[in-house]
Parts: sequence; structure tokens; C-alpha cells
Amino acid sequence: MTSPSTATEVEDDTTSSSTRSNRPDRAARWARRAPLLPALIFVIILTQVPMIVTLVISFTNWVAFRPDDRSFAGLDNYRTVFGDPEARSAVVVTIILTLTVVVFSLLIGLGIALLLDRQFLGRGIVRTMMITPFLIVPVAAALVWKHALYNPTYGLFNGMLRLVFGDNAPTRDWISDNPLIAIEAALIWQWTPFMMLILLAGLQSRPMDVVEAARIDGANSWQIFIHMTLPHLRQYIELAGLLGAIYVVQNFDHVFTLTAGALGTANLPYHIYQTLLSAQDYGEASAAGVVTVFGTIIIAMFALKTAFSLFQEETR
Amino acid sequence: MSSTEQEDLTAAERETQAERVEEVQQMNRTPRSTSTIVFGLLAWLIGLIFVAPVLWMVLTSFHAETDAATSTPNFFAPLVLDGYRSFWDAGPLPPLINSATASLVSTALVILLAFPAAYALSIKRVEKWTDAMFFFLSTKMLPIVAAILPLYLIALELNMLDNIFTLVFLYTAMNLPIAIWMLQSFLAEVPVEMLEAAQVDGAGLLRTLVSVIAPVVMPGIAAASLICFIFSWNELLLARVLTSTVAGTAPVFLTGFVTSQGLFLAQVCAASVVISLPVLIAGFAAQDKLVQGLSMGAVK
Repeated sequence: MTSPSTATEVEDDTTSSSTRSNRPDRAARWARRAPLLPALIFVIILTQVPMIVTLVISFTNWVAFRPDDRSFAGLDNYRTVFGDPEARSAVVVTIILTLTVVVFSLLIGLGIALLLDRQFLGRGIVRTMMITPFLIVPVAAALVWKHALYNPTYGLFNGMLRLVFGDNAPTRDWISDNPLIAIEAALIWQWTPFMMLILLAGLQSRPMDVVEAARIDGANSWQIFIHMTLPHLRQYIELAGLLGAIYVVQNFDHVFTLTAGALGTANLPYHIYQTLLSAQDYGEASAAGVVTVFGTIIIAMFALKTAFSLFQEETR
Repeated sequence: MSSTEQEDLTAAERETQAERVEEVQQMNRTPRSTSTIVFGLLAWLIGLIFVAPVLWMVLTSFHAETDAATSTPNFFAPLVLDGYRSFWDAGPLPPLINSATASLVSTALVILLAFPAAYALSIKRVEKWTDAMFFFLSTKMLPIVAAILPLYLIALELNMLDNIFTLVFLYTAMNLPIAIWMLQSFLAEVPVEMLEAAQVDGAGLLRTLVSVIAPVVMPGIAAASLICFIFSWNELLLARVLTSTVAGTAPVFLTGFVTSQGLFLAQVCAASVVISLPVLIAGFAAQDKLVQGLSMGAVK
């Protein structure tokens, strides 16, 4: 990662001098905080306040077209969420979608990163080609996959099959036949470059002299990969996987565009959007929101732990 | 060839360890050249597979609708601009301007707020600065969808629905944590002598930030700006719920474009190309910055 920071020394200097004087100067402390405060206050107002409001509404009976009929609901909305088969299905879909997309993009991304770590003609061009999917606006990518690739009559996938196999081509209705896989494939296509970029950076930060020394000692490529490359990559794999998971859990664009949540593909973000939009049930949507937050917190705790270990290594 | 290598190796044994490593590296290159070609071709193949949907999107956008919607792909149909013309007729300029406003203004705000904050978290650190860092990171893990109802109700109350500045503020909050993490890791590497010199000169906070630190951490500021721009430009959910006809952004326009126009493949592809173009240009121009940004500065 990065070399031990030089600025830490400045910090150590100032702390030691302040302990020497042994008089915590209030004005000086606030002067230190001042540059941080605008950002901190901004983030608290725009992220924490809405969350607290969501929490409050989730304990309220509140439907949009009966605005004056608000009352305390206790845990009713949560009972509705856990009793509602659609909401439960949304939880399951979210878990499957996130796991599948993250695991497959990580594996494919790792394979490609290993290939790109080698010298070959046009490596820069291949790297640029690999990044391209990540640079397509997600809604646009979902639209293109739906209409230009998956469409059964004029999409590229069936078109290629007809080109190769003629009239008896094993064509299929890609989205209707496997709706969730269709969403996952489009997402894996967009997220593999993300994983690849982080893993490639990890590979290129390997201490190559150690690897060469192992090779001199007679280690073969497979042994080097298992015993040296993978352990070194571990924290990069964790970082890529967890950051990816945070974004994929929240995915709305692909579900919205490819299936509009139909055919059992509604994940939690889409389900909440739908509850707000069609049922206008503010209380239930908020309760589903709180459930999503708790689900995310479980992933987030692992993410924070990983970030923390990386961070400590950096500021050591 | 192999006999000279053998001689090289025996000669190398008398040399220092470092030189030996170099020799072995060179020796390994020759027998592995076939595998280098095979793996190189494989990399090219996979790269082409991944870029194919994008190439197909671009090609289709230049086809006439009748050539685009054929049952077998018509790779060599004549290239026309009809798709772009119909896209243009649908009036994409206001949403594109809205997207540019939301992305550029929010990115500027993010840097303006994140830069001093990163200073207080890396150089002249506040007490409990790690707690502050992790507070920022944790907000990034809260799903936006869980906050969307209160945001809608608050915007309704403040008469800020369908107002582009609602999105500017929300995108700023959405991207601030990423920028703070990135800039913190860059500021922590500013050479201590430089800061001491500024202190001796009696430079105030503002001058230290602008004329001493900013020039050194420019690559970090560029990486953070790039990522914030891309995430704001791509955002759909908030924009869809909080805007409609006036402040709708390009992604919102794109979703409406399909449902209102029916299906015109070339047109949809042309729209997707145009709307993705700013991100593609920014991303290609700053490929190296992409990794730093995506990993919040953890990977350099």
C-alpha cells in the first residue's frame, strides 16, 4: 500500500508538545476542529436526520392518501414486512443477487487481473477494453442489455445463435427464461472491471524480489500463486468484495430497467420504491427501509473491519 | 540458446544475489514465451468479449432502425445518423444540462468541504480522528433507499421537489465520505518539511491549504473529483424520486425516453452512447486515478 506517512510525525510532535504544556487549550482544540466541522455537519444533516425520520415513520400508521390519519403503530409495520411474502422474497433476492454478482465478478476479475499482470503485446489496450463496461452509465447499460442483447427477436445473443446454427438455433427468451440470471449477468459484466482494477493494483504491489527468490529456490508458478500471491492479495480481495457488496446491495437501476421487479426479481431497494410509489404506505416502506439498513450493517461491519486493518497498516 | 543460458547461470553463481535474480528472470522468459503468447491471446479474447456489448451499442446507434432490428445481426449495414437525430429531437439538452450541473457543482462542493476536513484528519489532527473517519465511512454503507421517503417529505415541505439543487446537496453528501477518505490518505503523505516551512513563514490555514498542500496533492484531488463526478452522473434512484419535468437528469430522461417513445433500438443506443460519453471520456483520461478513487484511496 503506501509507505508509513510522514505527516504522522507532525502529529506526534504537536501531541507531545501539548502534553508537555499539560493544559488542554479549548480555543486551540476548536481551531483544530474548525476545518472538519462543515463537512461533518453537512453529512450528519443529510444522512443521519433522514435515517432517524425513517425510524420514526416505521413505527407509525401512515398512508399517503389518508394524511390526517396518523397513529403510533408499534411493531405492526415490521410484522407486515416480515409477514409479507413479497417483502420476504425481496430479502432473499437481495442476498442471492449480491452474493452471486460479488463472487462471480471477484473470480472473473481475479483471473483477468492475473492475465493482465503478465507482459504481452497490447496489454494497455486490453486493460482499457476491460475497464469500458464500468464506464457505461448503469441505466444505459441495463437498457442496452435488455433491448440490444437479450431481446428474443432482434437481440445480439439470439442473433448470433441464428447466425451460427441457422433456423434451428437454440434461441431463448433470455430475460423471461431466467430473469434473475439475466440481471446478474448484466451486473457481473459491469462489476468485474471494478474487481479487476483493485486486484491488479494488489498484484502489482507484490514484492517481486521475494517471488523471484522463491522461483530460484525451485517453487513452481502454482506454489507461488497459492503460498505467496493469494495471501498477499487477501486484503485486496476483501476490500474489493466488500466495496462491491455495498454497491450491489443497493442496486436499483438494473432491476428497475431489466424486469421492473417482475418475475420474482424485486430486491429490497426496488420493493421499497414500489411500496412508496404504488401502495403509498409510508409506514411499511420505512420499516422495510430499516430492515435493509440492518441487513447492510451486517455487511458493513465486516467492511469497516477490513477498512480498519488496511488503514492501520497504512498509518503504522 | 540453452547452452549459453547454462554458462550464464554458472557465471552468475559467482555474482551477487541481486544479479543472480536478474539472470534467472531472463532465463525464465525464453521457455515461457509460448505460454506468454497463449495467455496474451486469452487476455485479448476476454477483453474483446467484455467490450463487445459496448461496440455493439455504438455500431447499432449508427444503424437505421430497420437495420438495427433484424433477427440476425447486420454488421455491415450502412452507417447513418438517424438514431442520434431522433434522440436529439426528443429534447435531451435540459436533462444533460441538469446532469452536468448536479455532477459538477456537487463535485466542487465535495472538494471544498473534504479538503479542509482531510487536513483536520491527517495533518493537524483532531482528537478521535479515527472515529470521525469511520463515521464518514459508515454513512456510505447506509442504503440510500432507506432514506428516500424522509428526503421526499422534507423536499416537499421545503418546496425543493424538482429542484436541481436538492440533487446537488444530496450528491454532495453521498460523495463526501469517499473524497474525505481519499484526500486524507494523500494529505498524510505531504512531506513534513514542507509543512514546517509554511509554519515558519507564518502561513495561515487557508494559505497553507491553497498554496502549500493543494499543489502537492493535486493527483488526489483529481482522483476524488473523477469518482465523485462519475457517481453523481450515474445516479438514478434519488433523481427519479425527487425530480420530474424541470430538474430531471440524463439517467431519468433515459428511462422515460424508452417508455414514451416505444422501442427504437438505434435511438436507445444513440441515447446511451451520448449519456455515457462524459463518463467514458473522464474514465479513459484518468484510468490510473480510477483505482484510487474506487478503493477510497486505500489502493494507490
